[in-house]
Amino acid sequence: MINLTINGLAVSVEDGSTILEAARFLGFPIPTLCHHEGLSPYGACRLCVVEIGEGPGARLVSSCTYPVEEGLKVRTASERVVRARRMIIELLLASCPQSKVIQDLASAHGVRTQRFRQEYDDCILCGLCVRMCSEQMMAGAIGFRGRGEERSIGTPFDVQSDVCRFCGGCMYVCPACQLRCTYNQPEKAVCNACANLAPPCIQKEKYGDMMCYMNPCVACEIK
Amino acid sequence: MDKKGILDIIQRNSKNHAGIIAILEEIQEECSYLPEEALRLVARETGRPLADIYGVATFYKAFSLKPKGRHCISACLGTACHVRGAQKIVEEFSQELGIKPGETTPDNEITFETVNCLGACALGPIVVSDGHYFANVTARKVGEILRDTREGTFGSDKAEEAHPFLIEVSCPRCGKSLMDSETSVHGHPSILITASMNGKTGWARIPSLYGHFSRTHEHDFPADAIVQLSCPHCASSFQDGSRCVECGAPLATMRLADGSGVFRICTRTGCEGHLLDIGRAEL
Ligand code: SF4
Ligand code: SF4
Ligand code: SF4
Ligand code: FES
Ligand code: FES
Repeated sequence: MINLTINGLAVSVEDGSTILEAARFLGFPIPTLCHHEGLSPYGACRLCVVEIGEGPGARLVSSCTYPVEEGLKVRTASERVVRARRMIIELLLASCPQSKVIQDLASAHGVRTQRFRQEYDDCILCGLCVRMCSEQMMAGAIGFRGRGEERSIGTPFDVQSDVCRFCGGCMYVCPACQLRCTYNQPEKAVCNACANLAPPCIQKEKYGDMMCYMNPCVACEIK
Repeated sequence: MDKKGILDIIQRNSKNHAGIIAILEEIQEECSYLPEEALRLVARETGRPLADIYGVATFYKAFSLKPKGRHCISACLGTACHVRGAQKIVEEFSQELGIKPGETTPDNEITFETVNCLGACALGPIVVSDGHYFANVTARKVGEILRDTREGTFGSDKAEEAHPFLIEVSCPRCGKSLMDSETSVHGHPSILITASMNGKTGWARIPSLYGHFSRTHEHDFPADAIVQLSCPHCASSFQDGSRCVECGAPLATMRLADGSGVFRICTRTGCEGHLLDIGRAEL
């Protein structure tokens, strides 16, 4: 067992757990976005920041990837943490304001405006879908491609993957689109946005104009 | 390259426990790009998801998923070149060729790319066409470079002329030219100076093609010994206290004839240390 203090409270947790797990065990809320129980930690969104250490040596780390250490002093809601967290939410709002998950986060943390150039990305590159696909569905159908500005999620060569199970797991976990789209059964479609396109996205040859975050869209391919 | 060749590469590399990158590098070397079929084979043979292989292949700029054109032009967009206006040059190339960086012209003639620093920052903006370096490129020179590239002036042999900076030097003391147009080395006038050691004095000759370093002496000096290099006109020594980064021996310093900087070579026989310091004309 490892002994540490979180917000001044002593706790001992199993070796190998993360700060996030320890904090949640004690009931301290830490917001997360790219973290999902059952998927390996990835540390992409940094929303789960906490402050560790004391004095000038104190620093911010992502709690979902940081393993507990003996004697560690953690603060989950210090002024610095709150400021950093709000900044991250602002940045998320700047890139993907249409996401319900991000909107909820902003509202919960009292972020009402964002000061950056507004974009409307389909994906925040949290990697949840990629991990879902390979770790839970054992498919490995989608992955990260490219880097820097061109980084994106999708199937190799942008063609229908021959290992995709059409399970929809990737869309289920996605915080950016939350589509869980069933356009092949229009009455169940969530957003219906694609059905309103002319011609509907399902009839398009090129995937370029679709509403969906996935390129190509896996839901559309459930024939 | 056929399927069998690619399978060979994969098998050979997996035997050495080499990673995906080593395999992809070798395939790219053979095929000059990474064909879709090859990536699918790599995935199948290594048992890794194709999505992972594709992720690696698209992550590194060194890999290309599209065939390259007959000629290859790269413009440097490294920090130093960027602040000297490389962006304009890139735009000019894109416009002239009608393609974006990273693309190949439809006639498969020219592939245009941007790179991040070619290690010749002082001479930026740098453009490389088929291995031929252009220094201080301006947007106006772009048309000329393209024309020469299309005509195959630079060949497409990348190894040849890897360092084509021709330099012209003079004595930092008396200012007289050190160039000897009568004896050329590698087809260009050579640099002629005086070398002495142990009381023996004679000429020493250096090619003016920067990067092709090989000093020849009139006398047979022993290897790994320091030679006094001096001006054949005013006899003043070129040693100015600077030291060779390769071996620590004194460097001999000459001035570039156009006053734009200095050229230094190591005085130790056998050492290849030499450097070009542009923008440091004061001695
Ligand atoms: S639908 Fe396909 S891509 Fe998405 S998680 Fe399932 S197998 Fe992976
Ligand atoms: S598609 Fe969704 S789940 Fe996948 S990385 Fe982008 S935002 Fe995350
Ligand atoms: S592209 Fe496919 S998943 Fe996306 S909205 Fe249209 S039908 Fe739904
Ligand atoms: S939840 Fe920890 S970095 Fe995203
Ligand atoms: S920045 Fe262009 S050569 Fe270094």
